[in-house]
Amino acid sequence: MPQYETIIGLEVHVQLKTDSKLFCGCSTQFGAPPNSQVCPVCLGMPGALPVMNRQAITLAVKAGLALNCNIPPMTKWDRKQYFYPDLPKGYQISQYDLPICADGFLDIDDPASEGDTRRIGLIRAHLEEDAGKSQHDEASGRQDSRIDLNRCGTPLLEIVSQPDMRSSAEAKNYLTELKLLLTHLEVSDCEMQEGSLRVDANINLHLDVDGKKIATPIVEVKNMNSFRAVERALDYEAERQYAHWEETGQTIKDAPKTTRGWDDSREQTFAQREKEESADYRYFPDPDLLPVRLPRSFIDQVRDTIQETPAQARDRLQTQHGLSAYDADVIVNQGAAMLGYFETVADVSGDPKRASSWIQQDVLRTLKEQETSIEEFPIPAKRLGELLGRVRSGDLDNNRARDVFAYLIDNDSDVDSACTALGIEAVDSGEIESLCQKLLDDNPQVVQDVRGGKQQAVGRLIGQAKKVNPNANPQQVRETLLKLING
Amino acid sequence: MLDSVSAILNALASGDASARQITERSLDAIAQTDPKINAVTHVAAEAALATADDVDRRRAAGQPLGALAGVPIAIKDLICTTDMPTTCASRMLRDFVPPYDATVIRKLRDADAVLIGKTNMDEFAMGASNETSAYGPTRNPWNHDRIPGGSSGGSAATVAAGQVPASLGSDTGGSIRQPASHCGITGLKPTYGRVSRYGLVAFASSLDQIGPMAWSAEDVALLLETIAGYEPRDSTSLDTPVPEYSKAIQSADLRGIKIGVLRDGLEQDGLDESVRKSVTEAMQVFIDLGAEIVDVQLPHSQYWVPTYYVIAPCEASSNLSRYDGAHYGHRSDADIDPADGPLLSMYRHSRQEGFGSEVKRRIMIGTYALSTGYYDAYYNKALKVRRLIRGDYDAAFQQADLLLGPTAPTSAFALGDKLDDPIQMYLCDLYTVGANLAGIPAISIPAGLDDSGLPIGVQLQAPALEESRLLFAAAAFQSQTQFHQLRPGKP
Ligand SMILES: [Zn+2]
Repeated sequence: MPQYETIIGLEVHVQLKTDSKLFCGCSTQFGAPPNSQVCPVCLGMPGALPVMNRQAITLAVKAGLALNCNIPPMTKWDRKQYFYPDLPKGYQISQYDLPICADGFLDIDDPASEGDTRRIGLIRAHLEEDAGKSQHDEASGRQDSRIDLNRCGTPLLEIVSQPDMRSSAEAKNYLTELKLLLTHLEVSDCEMQEGSLRVDANINLHLDVDGKKIATPIVEVKNMNSFRAVERALDYEAERQYAHWEETGQTIKDAPKTTRGWDDSREQTFAQREKEESADYRYFPDPDLLPVRLPRSFIDQVRDTIQETPAQARDRLQTQHGLSAYDADVIVNQGAAMLGYFETVADVSGDPKRASSWIQQDVLRTLKEQETSIEEFPIPAKRLGELLGRVRSGDLDNNRARDVFAYLIDNDSDVDSACTALGIEAVDSGEIESLCQKLLDDNPQVVQDVRGGKQQAVGRLIGQAKKVNPNANPQQVRETLLKLING
Repeated sequence: MLDSVSAILNALASGDASARQITERSLDAIAQTDPKINAVTHVAAEAALATADDVDRRRAAGQPLGALAGVPIAIKDLICTTDMPTTCASRMLRDFVPPYDATVIRKLRDADAVLIGKTNMDEFAMGASNETSAYGPTRNPWNHDRIPGGSSGGSAATVAAGQVPASLGSDTGGSIRQPASHCGITGLKPTYGRVSRYGLVAFASSLDQIGPMAWSAEDVALLLETIAGYEPRDSTSLDTPVPEYSKAIQSADLRGIKIGVLRDGLEQDGLDESVRKSVTEAMQVFIDLGAEIVDVQLPHSQYWVPTYYVIAPCEASSNLSRYDGAHYGHRSDADIDPADGPLLSMYRHSRQEGFGSEVKRRIMIGTYALSTGYYDAYYNKALKVRRLIRGDYDAAFQQADLLLGPTAPTSAFALGDKLDDPIQMYLCDLYTVGANLAGIPAISIPAGLDDSGLPIGVQLQAPALEESRLLFAAAAFQSQTQFHQLRPGKP
């Protein structure tokens, strides 16, 4: 059986986080009643004219810079012509030969070798308007189709990678890192369920047959609605292409690129109806829109708004906060909101490592249990920082702190009130001392054991001390006991 | 004669006439003459009278009024209006009433003009004779056997027939100037971007421009002053202040002005002797007014028509894709062709039935010229030549302040004469398309009559945004000549 290598390139459409559509003032909010967010411009009404959305240009440039792309001094709009029921003008305004971003790259974790990175090249990223949505009402036996044009004119950035990925795991890492970067920079929400991130994958195999390289025909897989689906579709498709090659011997020279869909429930790709003739989109510059000049000063301005990429944040958490690479990864990969949360907790508590471990354990567990996000988390970062600060200073032990944590999740209360409510009070050292003296008086054996060199013998008394006074700090009790015994 | 904008404004101001009287007179004229000439596709009598009454009421109450208060104006039927259909004289858009007003319409309403109705045109503004309209041809008021010119033939004829004192047309390759020439009126194509295209149903976006048509340069100036100006909803709109055109024309002194004449253009085959004579005589008028005549060259003028007939159909083929039966335009009831399936079948039949043959011809030319393998040979090359043409004009305007020449090669020809010969029809735009390709302003003014008593126009062109210069020279010409005061007799 010949060896083969899987060659994968991804085209990712992300919806830019603008207040309005690409060429008009309509809202892009998801979930509105059909055809309620439309105007003559986005409906392509006779006589209506598009006007460019500056915010979309800014966000595209921001994404491009973060993806290490070249931003040319001039970009322009082109029309891509085709007839489709959800395309009101009969053409889509897109970018053809002068995309707003070109020649970039994104570094991702190498799934084959921990700690190493892989560099995935980017061919281009261009702006375009989205089309509408068709709903075919065939189930009820009716012939009619319904068209919702709310999405028409929604600004999309299409990011096209080089065919640099070699496995579905790499594709998944690429998508994860890309999504993280774009959400981090607030360029896009990347909500797959809402269609604000869509992926098409190009895949084929390079086989090594008797020392000769043979490539199988390229297949474009569409309609994958989760990263998991992308992974499974690519795995399925690689096997299918191999089997197909074994059966037919077809190579890239024998067959044109085809398009397949992904059926998530049956976990397989399926052939989509071939177009009779290959599409000729007849691109030409849109005469209704002037070319866009992007002066150096504008690009620099946008660059200044890029605070930090996720990769830079990971580095900083390690150097500035002393976290391990693993811990930095976990926190940064949770997204910008979690990174911000962590930093506040770390700063307020003065204890980044403790902040990191509480977030990874207690906070993430709670988020999972409550199926919520850090933005909705009931304990504000400052409050958790205060709580952990008390643990750090020894005012609270970990167990009592967890009680307070649980209380704060259920009650909107500050740390002091939570402690009061839970009967947690600071115990002064005189009180601890008299409690310890009494315990030692009652347990002469312990005193003997410690004097004999068995320091751990005090452990027995710490439990008893907590029973008498639950607020007694175990660490403080231990220290006091030893001090009293050793004089 | 109460048929000019300025005369009507004076009569209204002095109380010699009410806006209602003027409007009723306009509606009567339409009722009387339009059965013969077919210039108007929709008459908004009720709304027009309501506007007129409102103007009269406000005038009586001493309230402020707009610059065109009470003046009836007709609108070419490809400019969007909320209270009238906008059909582009196409079966495709027969029932289309836009939900919004074009910018020029909003400006006319703000100026309290009385919008009297919509005018006939070549279908989607494609044609030079007004014969491709789904409403049937418009006839020239000077001679009913003749065409009025196109594609703003209805807008020209409605003025020439005395139905309204002024109208709006659109000019993609000469569509305002050429019918103005054939109908003996004054028509201006402004600088590209001077007047907002928002709400103008596109034919060829990079060439289209809305402009005014009326008897005199003075009236045209008043209209342009109202409709010009920056519009943020049109990216190609120019953000420069609008001069007071009506003040710029109040002088008849052309001393120091250099008028360039394209000698080659006057030697051209197909140029009618009577047109050549009118241009020569116009040159003398300008000399008498103190202007100096200089020779200029526009070396690439022989490529104007071919360049135009690549770029315009390319843009048109794209602009007209939206009329697919699903979104806009006529939807066919024809049976599904099994080979195409329901969707493609619906598209094909709808476009087949909805568009006329000239529109189809241009869609086919444009689709072909943009398709893979032909793009560079046609569209891309045309863009390059267009740049050379602009360069020619820049050079010519180094030598001359204005350019003078024919508007159309002949006076109005007979109906049906060129309908079966598209090339002959396309050559009607020979002298006008250059201004559209270069984006510069140009005006056609009446300058003579031929042997059969048909009007002849001459054209003046100026550098971008120099409408004042054009209107000033045209008004000076009209201060010394009577051609713009001639009216059609009984044809
Ligand atoms: Zn809109």
